[in-house]
Amino acid sequence: MRDFYGVALTNGLMLGTAQYPSPAILADAFRRSAASVATVSLRRESGRDRAGQDFWQLIKGLGVHLLPNTAGCHSVKEAVTTAHMAREVFDTNWIKLEVIGEEDTLQPDVFGLVEAARILTQDGFQVFPYTTEDLVVADRLLQAGCEVLMPWGAPIGSGMGLNNLYGLRTMRAHFPDVPLVIDAGLGLPSQAAQAMELGFDAVLLNTAVARAGDPAAMAEAFATAVRAGQLAAQADPMEPRDMAAPSTPVIGKAFLS
Amino acid sequence: MKLQLNGAVIDAETGTLADLLVAQGFGNAKVATAVNGTFVPGAARADHALAEGDRVEVLAPMQGG
Repeated sequence: MRDFYGVALTNGLMLGTAQYPSPAILADAFRRSAASVATVSLRRESGRDRAGQDFWQLIKGLGVHLLPNTAGCHSVKEAVTTAHMAREVFDTNWIKLEVIGEEDTLQPDVFGLVEAARILTQDGFQVFPYTTEDLVVADRLLQAGCEVLMPWGAPIGSGMGLNNLYGLRTMRAHFPDVPLVIDAGLGLPSQAAQAMELGFDAVLLNTAVARAGDPAAMAEAFATAVRAGQLAAQADPMEPRDMAAPSTPVIGKAFLS
Repeated sequence: MKLQLNGAVIDAETGTLADLLVAQGFGNAKVATAVNGTFVPGAARADHALAEGDRVEVLAPMQGG
């Protein structure tokens, strides 16, 4: 498994922390899946409620790597400022960089993304850019200093799986040494297994687990699928073919007609 | 003086960002701050004097995807 800015993860499951029915169910989902990374965010805090402080205690107890995001940012300035604030709060140089460019699909603004990635890399951040499968953009992100790329599978929260198999397969082939993470759009464990079978290094998901009827069971299902897909990729899958080929030996077959 | 704290207009005593955080109940809370869209690191809060109309953001860890 390729490492992520020098960190070798124990598995390829990165799990979001939003939308769970309760903090206890969130913790159970992480326990049962043994996800290696948790994505987190920053929001306005009330001095009276201090809701963020309870959440901070909860995620510290998960014992996983934290990947703060810049979710909801639509400009380079917003994203860069949010990244700086996240670094101070979460005490990590890792940042899941999102610069949203389109409301209906939450498609990244790849032009802003490249610019923000360059600024943040120069400021010492280790950027995980939420991007598309566009190879030219990917190359620009690498030039900007990113050492990990996170193409979308499908729009955030859509659960559609891998929308552009050709594009993702091409991306894997084009950047054989770059850690690649499918970020967003996964709805089922089979889609996560498919991503890993394609040779991706990890998947990042949230809604598919948090919105399942039993989030903790679904988290474990995703963990199992990620493991299966990763093992399959390492096992060098056979090439598909158009025509049938009998698996049972023909030699020695009885003549019975 | 009047300030905006996380989008709400408040009356605050003249002072620094660090003073404001204490007055508003944040104490030693795990938060990050920005004033008028610019990040102000924790170590700089005590030297950052606030002015009438400043927009202060106080952010804390929250669930994210």
